[in-house]
Amino acid sequence: MAERSIEPDTPELRARWGDFTWTQHWAEKAKAALARYPEGRQRSAVMAFLDYAQRQVGEATNTQGWLPIPVIEFVARELGMPVVRVLEVATFYTMYNLVPVGRFHVQVCGTTPCMLRGSDDIIAACEKRGMHHGHTTKDGLWTFTEVECMGNCASAPMVQINDDNYEDLTAERIDAILDALARGETPKVGTQEPGRHTVEPAGALSSLKAMVEENHDYRGEWA
Amino acid sequence: MSLADKDRIFTNVYGYQSWHLDAAQARGDWDNTKDLIARGRDAIIQEMKDSGLRGRGGAGFPTGMKWSFMPKEPPKDAAGNPRPSFLVINADESEPGSCKDREILRHDPHKLIEGALVAGFAMGARAAYIYVRGEYIREAEVLFAAVQEAYDAGLLGKNAAGSGYDYDVFVHRGAGAYICGEETAMIESLEGKKGQPRLKPPFPAGAGLYGCPTTVNNVESIAVAPTILRRGASWFASFGAENNRGTKLFQISGHVNKPCVVEEAMSIPFSELIEKHCGGIRGGKDNLLAVIPGGSSVPLVPAAQIWDAPMDFDGLKAVGSGLGTAAVIVMDKSTDIVRAISRLSYFYKHESCGQCTPCREGTGWMWRVMERLRTGEAQVEEIDMLQQVTKQVEGHTICALGDAAAWPIQGLIRHFRPEIERRIEERLGNLAVAAE
Repeated sequence: MAERSIEPDTPELRARWGDFTWTQHWAEKAKAALARYPEGRQRSAVMAFLDYAQRQVGEATNTQGWLPIPVIEFVARELGMPVVRVLEVATFYTMYNLVPVGRFHVQVCGTTPCMLRGSDDIIAACEKRGMHHGHTTKDGLWTFTEVECMGNCASAPMVQINDDNYEDLTAERIDAILDALARGETPKVGTQEPGRHTVEPAGALSSLKAMVEENHDYRGEWA
Repeated sequence: MSLADKDRIFTNVYGYQSWHLDAAQARGDWDNTKDLIARGRDAIIQEMKDSGLRGRGGAGFPTGMKWSFMPKEPPKDAAGNPRPSFLVINADESEPGSCKDREILRHDPHKLIEGALVAGFAMGARAAYIYVRGEYIREAEVLFAAVQEAYDAGLLGKNAAGSGYDYDVFVHRGAGAYICGEETAMIESLEGKKGQPRLKPPFPAGAGLYGCPTTVNNVESIAVAPTILRRGASWFASFGAENNRGTKLFQISGHVNKPCVVEEAMSIPFSELIEKHCGGIRGGKDNLLAVIPGGSSVPLVPAAQIWDAPMDFDGLKAVGSGLGTAAVIVMDKSTDIVRAISRLSYFYKHESCGQCTPCREGTGWMWRVMERLRTGEAQVEEIDMLQQVTKQVEGHTICALGDAAAWPIQGLIRHFRPEIERRIEERLGNLAVAAE
């Protein structure tokens, strides 16, 4: 099981987050999420609500966002759920941050397919910049986590930073990405391999060549 | 002979073209879906059965048969009102090595959405929930938008695609838990709970989501359905060996020159898959050490046995492994094989939901012993002890995560015991030298 613990409940935390409520943007998203489930099954929206709450906290703190206890209590009230049931969900799923995080959450995949393609080098490059697993750097810029398989195995190694993936990494490429983010730029997402589009065999397409230039309709060739 | 482009289902798998509805329709999706539905439930299910399609999520259960388990008439609740049925589509792709559903979600989402309608109709479902793993953030954004496009075009909702059938498709995002790929854990998660698997029976087809009849299918199984119906069961069944029919998305990672995702005919020999699409093994054929042919849960296969093996359910079973999700993890001779498997043990320790003691405690225990074997700081007897413990975890848990944690270790001991012993002896030898 993943090791997870929550930020202590303190008067300061209550003072900061006690009056948490949706901004208009997230209120609309929450309403749409509720509508996806049948009458009386609003509890199904708890995962979406926690995600939205984390993102709203992120907007307020200029970080990826996290879930202070008063915010978890807010979600419980919105859905008419006991707080412990919401807390249970928040602690079970690893994408809910239970403690404050930095501006960028650098999540390097270290599972075997990425390991075989050199994720050790990517982790070392991050550590060289003062990051280490489960911690946020002093300047508040980076939170570093080694995560489990992210499903980008054919373009490994990879990192997910907040909402975007950067694939086909090398130590130099991750450095360039982190430098760009630190400067406030938006680096190219997806594969970093020059000439590669997504997950095709790099530089040597072995199938579907007609699709590169045009939206080819193969139905005319069906026998 | 390998698969021709005209017989590939996922023609936009690399995303060279747009995923939007108009482009998908130009490629043949949503082409008179109404006619497919007009064939009726029984005819659709029969066609799927005849196609020989086996579930693409790992277990390989015949898809058409699975659909046929859904009740023909909706069951009634206590008040006598009919209860709805649901299709749940498993897009919680998290098995290490697997990265095919991601390409469908972000590059060909309309194949999945059309499949959701056709499959849902065939099983009498009221709606589909597509459960997308939380980490697929951009992929889920595409899927949400594609579903909206389908609603706006009248392809979903009331009288979906003009078929006279009312049907909804909803997207539900996960939040980082491998175990939610297990069908009953997924249902728990959809209900807003921790994703801990349920005891079976009752099976989901009897009591699943919200206690209603439910079928859980993999993304790829659903997304291929419309093409199978259009081109016919005999077309699909013309690929692959008996009992292993069709085309399949293979995902090749690790030590090949060009890792990729590619759709190929089932039963393609491993060597052909690698040589044709992946530019061969890094350092040449002789540099191959071992392959995990179906995602992290299946045992590894040494080079000599995998080279000519047909990549299908039966062919890989014959070499002591399995097709799983067709996630092919290739390892060359530079690989620290014990570490490669130990890292998977860590994965299972991290992902155990904690419900069953043999798995919760066993996965951590197995990982710690694997780390001892990796460094050689162990006794030779611990190899047998570890083997025994894997047998005590396997088959003694509610879901298959315990089995999945046990099998890679069993495969390692079966094929690489001399390497493990060598490390222990080397360390003991070093100790002896140091003592002299």
